[in-house]
Amino acid sequence: MMKVGAINNGVVIDHITAGKGMKLYHFLNLDHMDAPIALIKNAPSEKMGKKDIIKIDAELDLNLDILGYIDPNVTINVIKDGACVEKFHPQLPEKLTNIIQCNNPRCITSIEQEIPHIFKLTDRESGEYRCIYCESKAKN
Amino acid sequence: MRSLIDIVDLTVEEIDELIATANDIIANPDKYAEKCHRKKLATLFFEPSTRTRLSFEAAMLELGGSVIGFSGASNSSAAKGESVSDTVRAVGCYADIIAMRHPKEGAPMIASMRSPVPIINAGDGGHNHPTQTLADLLTIQREKGKFDNLVVGMCGDLKFGRTVHSLIHAMSRYKGVKFVLISPDELKVPEYIIQELDKEGIPYEETTSLEDAMPSLDILYMTRVQQERFFNEADYIRLKDSYILNMDKLETAKKDLCIMHPLPRVNEISVAVDDDPRACYFKQVLNGKYIRMALILKLLEVA
Repeated sequence: MMKVGAINNGVVIDHITAGKGMKLYHFLNLDHMDAPIALIKNAPSEKMGKKDIIKIDAELDLNLDILGYIDPNVTINVIKDGACVEKFHPQLPEKLTNIIQCNNPRCITSIEQEIPHIFKLTDRESGEYRCIYCESKAKN
Repeated sequence: MRSLIDIVDLTVEEIDELIATANDIIANPDKYAEKCHRKKLATLFFEPSTRTRLSFEAAMLELGGSVIGFSGASNSSAAKGESVSDTVRAVGCYADIIAMRHPKEGAPMIASMRSPVPIINAGDGGHNHPTQTLADLLTIQREKGKFDNLVVGMCGDLKFGRTVHSLIHAMSRYKGVKFVLISPDELKVPEYIIQELDKEGIPYEETTSLEDAMPSLDILYMTRVQQERFFNEADYIRLKDSYILNMDKLETAKKDLCIMHPLPRVNEISVAVDDDPRACYFKQVLNGKYIRMALILKLLEVA
């Protein structure tokens, strides 16, 4: 397997569904970040067959819960002084702002300029989100 | 500052309070005749409506206030491409309260986020129409004297009828209410509403026969079955008469049944029914004005 060095202080986003790594990379605006970052695609995984991994060698000031919406499989490992100090699965966030667009043509968001597209979590079990304006279900 | 966008924005206690105020207005109209003196209501109707707009305007005039506004987007700045946000910000400089109807769902919510004055949703597409529901609730309270332990029949187009969905939500909050949902299979209540009723353990029955349901009903809420909702004309022709209420179908009904309809009616209630004391749909229109008066007072915080 390809070797990528361990990081000292930062975050490892593991168990990303293979193929979604680049999406997360862009979503977290990592292309604008001035820090050593590795995006590993299609790494072999016992659990998943193959997976993507992102390693960021810098402390992140981001709400990582949003990753729970984009890919519920991910594991986040927080690394301090070379050791993993925290490991968690992000929860689905209560609210998504400008992450998804409402595609109901009758929704006011289809014509009103510059309004945030906001979705609220209406059922955590099924992961259902609804537009706060027209209450249409979000389509994944 | 409060707005009313969705009926569920109001608690059961607040609805009770509005109904009490409306009943007091009906009993003592003079007491309220000057309550909104020097206050202005703006009716921003981005799509045409006669009944709802006139009801709001009559309500404000009876409170001693005055009315400004427009009807139809072509007569407004929306025709020039102005956003809802900008329109309400500007109108909020002239008026103390705004009643808005808009063809796009969620428009009144955006308005309430940006407006300096309270917004009342007077209908946003097929989404919400909370003042119709308040009018329905006032009618039920005045006719039945209570909300609990009633068998509520909903008949006709239960799939697209927003007034039906809102009334189910509002009535679900009272004890012992049972719904009888009468519609062709094509126009059944949406699945998400059925799921909510199941989740809350609220009893309901779905049927295609108005005749079968009739004897058990305390309330019969009629809606129109529109031809354009059907996939083919043959189905429409087969079904349309089943959902027309006439004196024959009323034979097995309770003596104190309350027949309601959000109006406009086309042919789903025979004109002969209008003279039956159980017909309450024109009372519903009048109650709509009184409950809108109560709502304007509440949102303007006029004591």
